[in-house]
Amino acid sequence: MKTTTESTDLRSKFAAEFEVIESGMNGGSKSHIHSIRRAAIEQFTVLGFPTIRNEEWKYTNVQSLVNRNYVLSFRHEAVLDRAAIEPFLLDSLNAYVLVFVNGFFCETLSSLPAVQGKIVVGSLAASQQAYGMVIREHFAQHADYSSDAFTALNTAFAHDGAFVWVPDGQVLDRPVHIVSVADARSSDVFAQPRHLIVLGKNSQARFVETSGTVGEHMGFQNGATEIYVGEDAVAEYYRVQDSGGQSALVNTLNVHQEQSSTFTTVTATLDGLFVRNNVNILLNGERAEAHLNGLYLPTASQHVDNHTLVDHAKPNCNSNELYKGVLDGNATGVFNGKVLVRPDAQKTNAFQSNRNVLLSETASINSKPQLEIFADDVKCSHGATIGQLDEEALFYLRARGLGEDRAKALLLYAFASDVLDTIALAPLREHLEIRVAQRLHKDF
Amino acid sequence: MLRIHDLRVSVAGKEILQGINLEINPGETHAIMGPNGSGKSTLASVLAGRADYEVLGGEVSFMGKDLLDLAPEDRAREGLFLAFQYPVEIPGVSNANFLKAAVNEVRKYRGQEPLDAMEFLALMKDKAKLVEMDPSMLSRSLNEGFSGGEKKRNEIFQMAMLEPVLAILDETDSGLDIDALRIVAEGVNKLQNEHRSVVLITHYQRLLNYIVPDHVHVLYKGRIVKSGGKELALELEEKGYDWIKNEVAQAAV
Repeated sequence: MKTTTESTDLRSKFAAEFEVIESGMNGGSKSHIHSIRRAAIEQFTVLGFPTIRNEEWKYTNVQSLVNRNYVLSFRHEAVLDRAAIEPFLLDSLNAYVLVFVNGFFCETLSSLPAVQGKIVVGSLAASQQAYGMVIREHFAQHADYSSDAFTALNTAFAHDGAFVWVPDGQVLDRPVHIVSVADARSSDVFAQPRHLIVLGKNSQARFVETSGTVGEHMGFQNGATEIYVGEDAVAEYYRVQDSGGQSALVNTLNVHQEQSSTFTTVTATLDGLFVRNNVNILLNGERAEAHLNGLYLPTASQHVDNHTLVDHAKPNCNSNELYKGVLDGNATGVFNGKVLVRPDAQKTNAFQSNRNVLLSETASINSKPQLEIFADDVKCSHGATIGQLDEEALFYLRARGLGEDRAKALLLYAFASDVLDTIALAPLREHLEIRVAQRLHKDF
Repeated sequence: MLRIHDLRVSVAGKEILQGINLEINPGETHAIMGPNGSGKSTLASVLAGRADYEVLGGEVSFMGKDLLDLAPEDRAREGLFLAFQYPVEIPGVSNANFLKAAVNEVRKYRGQEPLDAMEFLALMKDKAKLVEMDPSMLSRSLNEGFSGGEKKRNEIFQMAMLEPVLAILDETDSGLDIDALRIVAEGVNKLQNEHRSVVLITHYQRLLNYIVPDHVHVLYKGRIVKSGGKELALELEEKGYDWIKNEVAQAAV
C-alpha cells in the first residue's frame, strides 16, 4: 500500500500518515516501541523540518527538498531485481547482505548466514518477536529524537531496517553489508530505514552501508542507525555514498561506546545530489577509542554536509577525526566537527582535522571545528584548511614530465588516499581506491 | 644545445635578470656562480618553466626549439632537467609510482615504448646504486621525511632515471655534508657523457672540486659579468665576490 495525498506540506502529510498507520495496527499500537514512535511524531510535529535559522542547518537548506510531493512508502511494494541494485553491491566483500528497498527488507535480494547461530543478522521488523528484549533495551536509546527533527521523523516511522546482535564474546565471521535503495522509478519517494546494531562485550563486527537511488525521480532517504558497542568490543562501520542520479540522503549514525571499546567509521561520499551525514559518538566508558574519518568529492551542484559530534563523557578516552574534501564545479560543502569534553573526562586525547581542496572558483565549503572543553587535563587539537592544490608540488611534477592534468590528478589522489588508508577492510579499500581514482581522473 | 640571448626577466615587477647571454654545447659543464640575490635561481626557474616569472625580452632556444614557448612538462620531455634547490615533499605519492609515470611520459614523447613493471624495477635498482640510495626510499612517499641529503640524492636519482640532455643543478650542494656532497657529485659525474650537458648553480667553489667545470660564469645583479675556465672559481674562492663587485662598479663609472 502506497499512500499519496495532494498536500505538499510534508509535515502534515507525515502526521496524517502516522494516524493511518496507527489505526491499522490493532494491538500493536499499545507496544513499547509504538509509544516511542508516538512521542517521536509529536516531537517532529513541534520541530518541523529545520530551516537555515537552525544553527545546525545554517549552511544546508532542506526546504526545497522537503517541498516535493513524495510518495511516502511504508510498505514494500516495489520489486527490484538484482540487476537494478547491482551498482550498490560489492561482491568482493564476501559479506552477509541485507537489502532494503524504500526502507523495507527484501529477502530475495539479501543473503543471510546459512545457519543462524548465536549471532543475529536480519531485519528489524522480523526480529521484533524473537529479540524483543534486546531491541527494547536499545531502540531509540542512542538516537536522540528530542532535538533533531530528522531523527524524530525516522523514529516515528521506524518499522524496518537492519538488526544485528553480536552477543558477548562473539565474532562475526564476515562483514555485514547493508544496502539501502530508494526505488524512485515511478515517482519521488521518501524512505526511512532504521538500523539497530548491538555488540556485546568483547565482540567484533564490521559493517558496510551503501545507499542510493534507483530510477529517474528523487529518492530521499532519511536513515538512522544506532550502534551499541559493548565493553572491549571492536567495530568498524563504513558508509559509501556513490549513487548517481537523484539522491538525497540524511544519514544519522549514533554510536554508544562502553569501556575499552574501539569504533572506527569512514564515510565516503563520491556521488549524490544532496547528502547530510551526522555522526554522533558517545564515549561512555574509560579507555574507549573512536576513529571517525570521511572523504567527500562533490561536483556539479552537489551538496555534502558532514556533522560530527564526539562526546567525551568519561576519562582516558581517545578520539581521532580526519575529514577531507575535494570540491569542484558549483559544489557546496559543510563540515561541522564538535568535540565535547565533559568535566569528568580527564586525560582525554581528541584530535580533529578537516582539509579541503577547491578545484573551481564557484565551489565552496564552510568548515567549523567546535571544541567545548570542560576538563582541564586534556590534549585536544583541531585544524581546518581550505585551499587550492599546492602550486609548488604541481610544478615539481610537471618539471619531471607529467602533464598538468595528470599531475593534478596524482596530487588529488594522494590527498584523498590518506582517508582511504584508514579503511582496514581490504576489499572495500581497494574498491574505493579504484572509484576515487576514476572520480579524480587519475589514469594510472 | 641551449642558447640564451639577452634574456630579461622580472618577478613581481622587479627586473631580476637584465640581459643574460649564454651558450651551452653538448657535453659541456658550466658553473654559474654569484653572490646571493644575483639571479642564479631565477635563471634556473625560468629555464624550467616555473610560473610567476615574467619574461620581458630575449630568446632561449633549446634543442632548436623556442624553450619559453613550451610548458614545463614539454621542457622535461625535450630533455631539460632541473634538480630543485628545495625538492618538494609530496605525501601519498610514492617515489616509484611517480617516477614510473614520469619516465613513461618522457618515453612516450620520444616515441619509445613504455617500460613494463619488471623493466622499470630493474632500471630503478640499477640507477639507485649510482647515488647509493637505499631501495626502501623508493617505496616511500616522494621526499616525505627525507633528510636534506636524501632529497638531493633523490634529485640526482631522478636525473639518472630521466636521462636528460641538459641538467641544471640549482644549489644541489647547499646544506650537504662532505660525504653526501661526494656521493651526489660522483653520481653526476657518472651520468656525464659527450651528449649530456650540466649547469651547476652554486654559491661556493666546494662542489667544483668534485665536478670540474669547463666554463665558469659569474652572475651579478642579473648579468653575467665575468666568464672563464675552472680557475675562475678558485680565484673567487680565494678573493670572495667583492673584487667582482668593485670591477662592475668601476666599469659603470
